[in-house]
Amino acid sequence: MSMLTVSGSPHIHGDDSTKKIMYGVVYAMIPAMLVSVYYFGLDALRVLLIASVACLFFEWVIQKYLIKGPITITDGSALVTGILLAFNVPSNLPTWMIIIGALVAIGMAKMSFGGLGKNVFNPALVARVFLLISFPVQMTSWPKPQAIINGLTDAITGPTPLGIVKEGLGAGKTMSELAPELPDYMQTMVGQMGGSLGEVSAIALILGGIYMLVRKIITWHIPVSMLLTVVIFSGIFWGVDPEHYADPVFHLLTGGMLLGAIFMATDMVSSPMTKGGQLVYGFGIGLLTILIRMWGAYPEGVSFAILLMNAVVPLINMGFKPKRFGAKPGVVIKTS
Amino acid sequence: MDNIIIIAVAALGGLGLVAAIVLYFIASKFKVIEDPKIDLVEESLPSANCGGCGYPGCRAFAEATVKQAKDERHLEGLNCPVGGNDVMQTVGKILGLEVEQQAPLIAVVRCNGSKANSPAKINYEGATSCTFAHALYAGEGGCPHGCLGLGDCVVVCEFDAIHMNDELGLPIVNDKCTACNACVEACPRDIIELRKKGPKGRRVFVSCINEEKGGIAKKNCEVACIGCSKCVKVCPHDAITMDNFLAYIDFEKCKLCRDCVEVCPTNAIHEVNFKPRKPKVPKEEKPKPKEASVVETIAEAAPSKENKEAPKEN
Amino acid sequence: MIGTVKTFSLGGVHPEENKLSANAPIEKIPVPKQAFIPMGQNLGTPSKPVVSKGDLVKVGQLIAEASGFISTNIHSPVSGKVLKIDDIVDASGYKRPGIIINVDGDEWDESIDLSDDIKEDIELDGKEIIEKIKEKGLVGMGGATFPTYVKMMPPPGKVAEYLLINGVECEPYLTSDHRLMLEKGKEILIGTRILMKALNVNKAIIGIEINKLDAINHLNELAKKYEGIKIQPLKVQYPQGGEKQLIKAALNREVPSGKLPIEVGCVVQNVGTAFAVYEAVQKNKPLIDRVVTVTGKGVKKPSNFLVRIGTPLQDMIDAVEGFPETTGKIINGGPMMGKALISLDVPVVKGSSGILLMEEGESKRKPESPCIRCSKCTYVCPQGLEPFLLSKASKLAKFDMAEKEKVMDCIECGSCQYTCPASIPLLDYLRLGKTMVGANIRNRNKK
Repeated sequence: MSMLTVSGSPHIHGDDSTKKIMYGVVYAMIPAMLVSVYYFGLDALRVLLIASVACLFFEWVIQKYLIKGPITITDGSALVTGILLAFNVPSNLPTWMIIIGALVAIGMAKMSFGGLGKNVFNPALVARVFLLISFPVQMTSWPKPQAIINGLTDAITGPTPLGIVKEGLGAGKTMSELAPELPDYMQTMVGQMGGSLGEVSAIALILGGIYMLVRKIITWHIPVSMLLTVVIFSGIFWGVDPEHYADPVFHLLTGGMLLGAIFMATDMVSSPMTKGGQLVYGFGIGLLTILIRMWGAYPEGVSFAILLMNAVVPLINMGFKPKRFGAKPGVVIKTS
Repeated sequence: MDNIIIIAVAALGGLGLVAAIVLYFIASKFKVIEDPKIDLVEESLPSANCGGCGYPGCRAFAEATVKQAKDERHLEGLNCPVGGNDVMQTVGKILGLEVEQQAPLIAVVRCNGSKANSPAKINYEGATSCTFAHALYAGEGGCPHGCLGLGDCVVVCEFDAIHMNDELGLPIVNDKCTACNACVEACPRDIIELRKKGPKGRRVFVSCINEEKGGIAKKNCEVACIGCSKCVKVCPHDAITMDNFLAYIDFEKCKLCRDCVEVCPTNAIHEVNFKPRKPKVPKEEKPKPKEASVVETIAEAAPSKENKEAPKEN
Repeated sequence: MIGTVKTFSLGGVHPEENKLSANAPIEKIPVPKQAFIPMGQNLGTPSKPVVSKGDLVKVGQLIAEASGFISTNIHSPVSGKVLKIDDIVDASGYKRPGIIINVDGDEWDESIDLSDDIKEDIELDGKEIIEKIKEKGLVGMGGATFPTYVKMMPPPGKVAEYLLINGVECEPYLTSDHRLMLEKGKEILIGTRILMKALNVNKAIIGIEINKLDAINHLNELAKKYEGIKIQPLKVQYPQGGEKQLIKAALNREVPSGKLPIEVGCVVQNVGTAFAVYEAVQKNKPLIDRVVTVTGKGVKKPSNFLVRIGTPLQDMIDAVEGFPETTGKIINGGPMMGKALISLDVPVVKGSSGILLMEEGESKRKPESPCIRCSKCTYVCPQGLEPFLLSKASKLAKFDMAEKEKVMDCIECGSCQYTCPASIPLLDYLRLGKTMVGANIRNRNKK
């Protein structure tokens, strides 16, 4: 007989683990990865591979030589960051920029806060915003998607639908004049539009979202409150003046809206802990996104909105507590 | 153009002036008048804010000292363990009072149930907290009084003076100890005690607090005090008492003759910082368990100046 | 057919049930050769021995009496000679006072009715019943061992409206209550009637989870004869056996934070207690034995035993055909809230509901990794607390914060730690927090 063990209860553990959650997210991203490779060709594969490998590599280097602690690159969190980073950049981004992005994501946004679970901001988004500000030209010239079966010709670059709208409205055009330049809803659903790797196909992203909901990796609160806010807020303006404001469905399906709502805003580490807080957080992201899209300098505002709300999370956590059992005073007892 | 600059400077300057006047009046209205001695006393304190004096921080201690000096004209009961005699003398000088010399104290871990002396019979899994483990079970070695080795004392030490020796599974106090009492309070089993540091850091103490009967205690730990009373009989100064099968050496009475160390059959009594004994005792001297000597060598390896300056009258 | 299935609303988990011994009828275990009876068998102050070394005692004879308000009498579970009154090593390895009796035969005290007849009529009145319960040393049989008679006396100004009988047994593995309900259904119902009379209530609810359908049906059938007793089926959800959760599930009433069930007009007793009440009041039999489940994945014959208090665990292990070599942990109680034992050299006490021998791999804790703030602990907490926050506060010795965040509301069900993907020992730290905050509160009250 071996030595007995003593510990406090409970003595059993559900078989959930960080690893399972992280790889669950990776599985959920597979449809979007496939779509990106289908439309952007081998370039997409290159970006995905380099971003993932670079993230894993930087995490390993930092843990081994700087922190000199245990190596935890197999827990999947760096891989998730890598793929999300790839999802957030155009497929023709030079390799060295991706590597810089990975360094910023892992080194600056994650490890400098103390590693997994300690970061305030979503690492992939920090890297995206860093790249966007540092290399605005490369980060905003998106190749036009071409189905891989049509042959690998040199990709033509062009703006995203959001970019078209922003520029067009800025130049005094109306929505109906811009309509021919924009993809129709069917195209945005499957992903036939300009954009970063992972954000183009609504269907693939929603599939991933459903998978994560079923696996209970995410709850519905953040995506639903965020998207609902976007629909309502943009709907009001569209209803008042459809010629100068894009319709809510356009807002939902273009840009990084779904990618942000399903994969970025729901990042466990940087989102609020209670369901009430999550609703507020989603609302804030939705509102900020539309504000930036409509009146900001950038055509797209999801990443900025999420990062801004990330910063508010500690405050939300303080303000929103779960419903405590027995918080109400007792019931009045009938004495018969 | 020039106009704008002048207007801007004037506007900002004016604002600043108004704010300064307002602030001046507010400051003078709400001024708190404090005894300036409090600041002086606080400056002389070590600023460790350890709470070893029983007050929340050095400022509070300074306030309490000044208040007591004013009201009662003495400083009895007030002591900064970190600063020791020097600081208390300075404080006394500031307040114009005599302060009695106090012998310096040091924290002493009264357990030698190392991994070798008290081998693990059971495996513990869980939080690294002695308080929690103490509530859960007796300990890996089975001794319900022994050190649990999870380091609550190490966590609370503000002076880097107590460290867990992984090989032994016991905490070891070094000379940085200021006797602030934090570890004594943190230990759920009251293993750590503040004892007189002794001349040249020499001290003798029973390194066990097990109150079980000898046989039971010995079963769990080779170096437990078994309550045989040999030390009580041999002590020429009546310094040793025996309660509940446990010997205790009163450090006020102990004259450091070390007779008890020799007779202890389980080597539960430790001597620290003494020179190696002359081989004049012909009786066969049992080799001490390795661990005991490690403790001593560590303490011996770094004899501090304080030790040498320690008052002789102890 | 069984009526609406209810459950509590906040949090909860559903661990693998593993009720291996559900079909094993209750067996009697032979009287041990030597009985070890610890004095601290109830929550509160330990009892005081009233026999001395060398005394001859009979089964059911008083050997230790209550020594305070929250304390109980202890009766000899065996007959024989008192060997000594000395320290006994308890389940944690600490020495506690106890009585050791050398068993000789099995001679019962004459006042105890040993017949098998079921006695239906309740002759005593309310006050006498409570007195009887007190005299016979009854404690809560669910594991918390709170003296039963204290619960039966609502504080002034509070009135009981419902009696809840807890047949939930939400702990995995344990089946002692389940078997008791199947085999002693009638006695339990009479015990419930007795408790109702003592409390002066006319409504009683027996809550049972629907993984014990046979017990629900059986009691439903029997309960027709007993007025005012309703069998409430409950969804399988841990920790439904917690008092507060059971009241919420059965009556949708929330016991306010820091208050007792009587605040919402409820008194909760375990089915085992109801059975013991029947025996004490109708048969004059003190609490000297109880049903204990002995189980585990490696155990050859998982069983339910009717065993005398004071029997060494080893006797029961022998009865299930030996100690499995692969055992890594011995647990007194269930795997969620039970207490790990340091060895088998400890006796059965009034609060032992099961002995679980866990396989080495099953009980091993996974290495702790950083919190990823997934807030799953918050979702599953039945008390609506934030375990991640409380454990961190306790770890960093911020006990004021832990107190403000209601650490004292924690019922130590372990759902948070069970769920935590990072395998953080959340409950360990929560317990630490409760210990320290409790001490702080006591100190404050003293001042």
